[in-house]
Amino acid sequence: MWQRIIALSIKEFQALLRDPRSRFVIIIPPLLQLLVFSFAATFDLNHVPLAVYNQDGSQAAQALIARFTGSQHFTLTAPIEREADIPQRINEQDALMVLNIGPRFEHHLLVDRPASVQIIIDGRNSNTAAIALGYASTIVQDFNTDWQQDHGLPALPSVMQTRAWFNPNLESRWFIIPGIVGLLMLVVVMVVTALSVAREREQGTFDQLLVTPLRPFEILVAKAIPGMVIGLLEATAIILLAVTVFAVPLHGSLLTLYTGIALFLLSATGVGLMISALSATLQQAVLGVFLFLVPAVILSGFATPIANMPPLVQDLTLINPLRYFMVILRSVFLEGSSFDGLIDQFWPLGVIGLSTLAFAGWLFRNRMH
Amino acid sequence: MSTPPDTEPHELAFAIVAQGLCKSFGKPPKRTDAVSDVSLQVKPGQVTGLIGADAAGKTTLMRLIAGLLTPDSGSLSVLGMDVLSDPLAVQSRVGYMPQHFGLYEDLSVQENLDLYADLQGLPRPERPARYAQLLAMTKLGDFTDRLAGRLSGGMKQKLGLACTLVRPPRLLLLDEPTVGVDPVSRRELWAIVFQLVADEGMSVLLSTAYLDEAERCAQVILLHEGRVLGQGTPASFTEQLQGRVFGARREHGRRRNLQAELSATPAVLDAVIDGDQVRVLLQADTAPPGLPEVIWTAMQPRFEDAFVLRLQSLAPASQASVQTVQLSPAAPAQDDVRPASIIEVRELTRRFGAFTAVDAISFQVERGEIFGLLGANGAGKSTTFRMLCGLLPASSGQLSVAGVDLRRAAARARARIGYMSQKFALYEVLSVAQNLKFFARTYGLSRERQRTRIAWALDEFDLAAYRDSNCGLLPLGFKQRLAMACALMHEPDILFLDEPTSGVDPIERRAFWRRINQLADHGVTIMITTHFLDEAEYCDRLVIMSQGAILAEGSPKAVRAQSSSADKPNPTMEEAFIELISRPAAEAAHAKA
Amino acid sequence: MQKPERGGQRMRLFGLIRKESLQILRDPSSLAIAFLMPVILLFLFGYGVSLDAKLIPVALVADAPDAQSAALFSAFGHSPYFVTHPAANLAMAEDWLLTRKVDAIVHLPSDFSAKLLSTTDQAPVQLIVNGVNANQARLIQGYISSAWQGWLQQRSQSLGQEVHQPVEMAARVWFNPELRSRDYLVPGLIAVIMTLIGALLTALVMAREWERGTLEALMVTPVRINELLLGKLIPYFVLGMGGMALSVAMALWLFDVPLRGSVWTLFLTSSVFLLAALGMGLLISVTARNQFVASLVAIITTFLPAFMLSGFIFDIGSMPDWLQVLTHVVAARYFVVILHTLFLAGDVGSVIWPNTLAMLALALVFLGASRRRIRKNLE
Repeated sequence: MWQRIIALSIKEFQALLRDPRSRFVIIIPPLLQLLVFSFAATFDLNHVPLAVYNQDGSQAAQALIARFTGSQHFTLTAPIEREADIPQRINEQDALMVLNIGPRFEHHLLVDRPASVQIIIDGRNSNTAAIALGYASTIVQDFNTDWQQDHGLPALPSVMQTRAWFNPNLESRWFIIPGIVGLLMLVVVMVVTALSVAREREQGTFDQLLVTPLRPFEILVAKAIPGMVIGLLEATAIILLAVTVFAVPLHGSLLTLYTGIALFLLSATGVGLMISALSATLQQAVLGVFLFLVPAVILSGFATPIANMPPLVQDLTLINPLRYFMVILRSVFLEGSSFDGLIDQFWPLGVIGLSTLAFAGWLFRNRMH
Repeated sequence: MSTPPDTEPHELAFAIVAQGLCKSFGKPPKRTDAVSDVSLQVKPGQVTGLIGADAAGKTTLMRLIAGLLTPDSGSLSVLGMDVLSDPLAVQSRVGYMPQHFGLYEDLSVQENLDLYADLQGLPRPERPARYAQLLAMTKLGDFTDRLAGRLSGGMKQKLGLACTLVRPPRLLLLDEPTVGVDPVSRRELWAIVFQLVADEGMSVLLSTAYLDEAERCAQVILLHEGRVLGQGTPASFTEQLQGRVFGARREHGRRRNLQAELSATPAVLDAVIDGDQVRVLLQADTAPPGLPEVIWTAMQPRFEDAFVLRLQSLAPASQASVQTVQLSPAAPAQDDVRPASIIEVRELTRRFGAFTAVDAISFQVERGEIFGLLGANGAGKSTTFRMLCGLLPASSGQLSVAGVDLRRAAARARARIGYMSQKFALYEVLSVAQNLKFFARTYGLSRERQRTRIAWALDEFDLAAYRDSNCGLLPLGFKQRLAMACALMHEPDILFLDEPTSGVDPIERRAFWRRINQLADHGVTIMITTHFLDEAEYCDRLVIMSQGAILAEGSPKAVRAQSSSADKPNPTMEEAFIELISRPAAEAAHAKA
Repeated sequence: MQKPERGGQRMRLFGLIRKESLQILRDPSSLAIAFLMPVILLFLFGYGVSLDAKLIPVALVADAPDAQSAALFSAFGHSPYFVTHPAANLAMAEDWLLTRKVDAIVHLPSDFSAKLLSTTDQAPVQLIVNGVNANQARLIQGYISSAWQGWLQQRSQSLGQEVHQPVEMAARVWFNPELRSRDYLVPGLIAVIMTLIGALLTALVMAREWERGTLEALMVTPVRINELLLGKLIPYFVLGMGGMALSVAMALWLFDVPLRGSVWTLFLTSSVFLLAALGMGLLISVTARNQFVASLVAIITTFLPAFMLSGFIFDIGSMPDWLQVLTHVVAARYFVVILHTLFLAGDVGSVIWPNTLAMLALALVFLGASRRRIRKNLE
């Protein structure tokens, strides 16, 4: 039995790796995408275009503006001369944010506090707007604290001290890159497994396989192996890149990480083979991959938290293997979670993997003709 | 730039004139010359045949003439126009039917015709008359609403021809129109072509790998490996063979044994089974060799004889290798207590929805027999075949192969059969050696046996030179050899061959049959489907299927005898086939009346 | 000479369009791609994708619980953003944070009340957030800080004190004052989904004709390459616009996204975008010539780039320069900006037209390249 499984697995590898086109598709895009997307996928804003409408020529106003320009988050664009220009600048996306300092800013600041500044922000992308507002309010608060100290004013009765665990500087890249590992692994495994049977069907070689002494179960196992092995190798390469090039910390143990990877590969392979067994033609297989891949990515918590989704959609994510893998990756990378702490993520992956593989096996036997 | 298509200035001397035409594909290291230095002339108003084996360059030449490819060098004028400078003008006057005519299978017959009428700019008022004419000619009038995908192979081919002819072209190019078409449809296609030439004065260039069709052409151009080997009337090719072709017959023994014996005789250039005798081509100026009990009769030379002779003189090496066939040291069939009939089929039925593909057929195959399954497209051959191999469950009835039903039996039982599918399903990106190794491993051969069997296959099938090339790049003949080698890797008792020779040239086919004969002699049972009716003669027994039922069963001689009539006392297999196939239709028609 | 030629061209084009339309109607899969997929995806993602944090689980720990700490904690309890979990001690709360039961801890040290009541010291409030999802963490930080400030305000008012920050920031968010993330995610999703659908629709059609040998038969008829491409493009364009209209309708009536620009501008810009998306699919199809490779390339080059590099979720301005340059070949990038503007701001010509022109340029490049490749590939 094992001789036959190994023979078929070797053939699968040869078929994947000897064809320059499929070799290219399997190796180059994942690595390229890791590089491109890792740089692209960040919620941290840099160089937000800021236009200042400064009606007060005072030193205090200049000091406040200097705090904005001193931050890497903002870049000044041409100053605004008339209030009437503000709508146009925002509308045309010339500036994302306008800082409007009133004519008696310094006077108010020195004599009758509070001095108020107005911030106008383009809310078309509400997430960007919220983040930029956050930056602005931090800057204003820092300005306040320093001003109070410098002028001997009474401080607030309370102070807030913030610490962020696992990611002290709140770099969103640390959050995104482990997610990309999962994303790319899923794509590679799906491409390798989901199209393999349909391709053989179309080339007529599947019949040839079925008249050999191979059993359906052996075909299933042999078709699962290349996806798992290639997925494992690529995962390792991507993790190495994440740690070395992008300096994402890897706090947890490799054993925990690879347990998660193995279980995830099992479930992704299961889904892939299920699609493979269900589709009679290549086109159907491709459509199946799409129909699984797109929701699996969006509903995995990769970019937007699952907790924000409506309850029904949250329930739906429970059958998405990528959802669990996202948690595992991030926990192991950033939190250094222990093996025991992730049991709750491991077992659903195992269940998904076994049930999809069993279903694929059943389909193999019953849809052979 | 565009002249009205119907006003030809003067009658042309030649429909096509090519001078020193060359065309190659690929980049320098792997460059192959598909057509090299071809010069030819095609006369208008007659059928010219472009004859050549697979990969002879027929399709490339057709595409060059149709303006679909640009020649590397040389000049080409079609209907007096230069193809290079104005392909569109040529295309508006030429009808071209590619080998796999691209019918839109999800469109109906009528919709396909409409599309081509639009594309060829046939004015609307002229359409009804033209459609009626074409549908009458192709006998598709009753099927205008049927989706093209649901037509039989022959009907598809006729529809393709009708689409090409929507606007009557001055020159018709047909690229292997009869490949994969059953003999009845082949005859109909030819009738249409002759009618076109007679009624409309059309010039036709037709390529084919069927050598018997060459004799129906007014002119023949013989193409081999991209070069023109000769051009002339079919008779001019066979003239020189007068007095060199004989039929040999022996009262006792199998014909294939006699054939093998004759082939080994130095004076014999070619020996094939033909009806009850063996057809022999002798060396020039040689008398028939004296063999015991052999009766010789002189026969008319055929085009195939001329073709084989020319090809053999070009490639003597491949001929030699086949002569020295050595089978593996496998013991000839263990003659133990098992029943003599190794395949048994009783009341076998397969339905797809309401459609009955195979309708309660029964037959038996004996050990060491070559058993043929013949029939038109859609007769149910492939369905039967797939059920026997366990690829398809039967709807009802019983079947056993080597005592078991392969669909239910343990996987081990499948190790006793070898299977070679249509189109030679091989892993195209794997090398020859990797394909062999894969099958050797899958069948669980020991490491030592793997080595010896692979060495055997490379040697026996002359594949050593291609050992490391991707098998997708092999010429078709070699693909066929490799597919057969893979099927024989584990020395099966029973070999299933599904149209193993389609598209393969006559020389390869001869080698193939020689191997099959030897396998049968060693006790291997062989089950084969084929389109080539002359190959039916190689079978020990055969069944002819039509519409899911068996029309005739028995030895080739018996089958032929079933259809012999007063006006045709000695029908050929093809004639017998057509006669048998048209019978039930006639009966059904009578029954209705 | 000219007239019959033009008539022939119209006849050929008409014939090809009718053929393609019949094929579309007979093959449910392209209809499903055009109409069913956008509905399902938009439905799923419109409801599924949200960046607004609600009901954030927060652990509250006071080392020395008393009236002061209770007053602060009640401020959190009243906020709609939080679900509060009082913890007995810090260790317990930290354990909750580790096991992802809570996303943040608000911790009041034992000297909190004493320092709050003194005039010299500032009472410390410790906030510990789980920083794994940095974006989320920032949001949580902002919400907690504003709840805390509300408490301060209330407290000083009740004590009759005037506590003023030196500078107060008044923020006004235009176009989307409540910062509903759905209002910008849904238009962005339309761009992503239509990229996918446009490319999927055409990616396989040419490859299919190559594989089935139908192209060779077409080629030898007097048909021109341009007619062939138009014959493909027009039916799928109509189909794609149908899917687009469906998506817009869902955005307006299901997700209540306002449409502040004109329908005509939307129609025009969508047409240009769809041309680019179809053109990309066509180019893939023509280049690959085989359905397997075409589909792989389509998977790799459409969905993830449109998702990541279009500015749909991740801000393009914050990417490294080389990557910003790269995003210019992603048609969705322009369409996301246009849709955001059209839906939330209005017909802002200076945003819409340059982006439309860029899409048009991309469409022309893709279609032109397809046209050239078909010619060459005849070889």
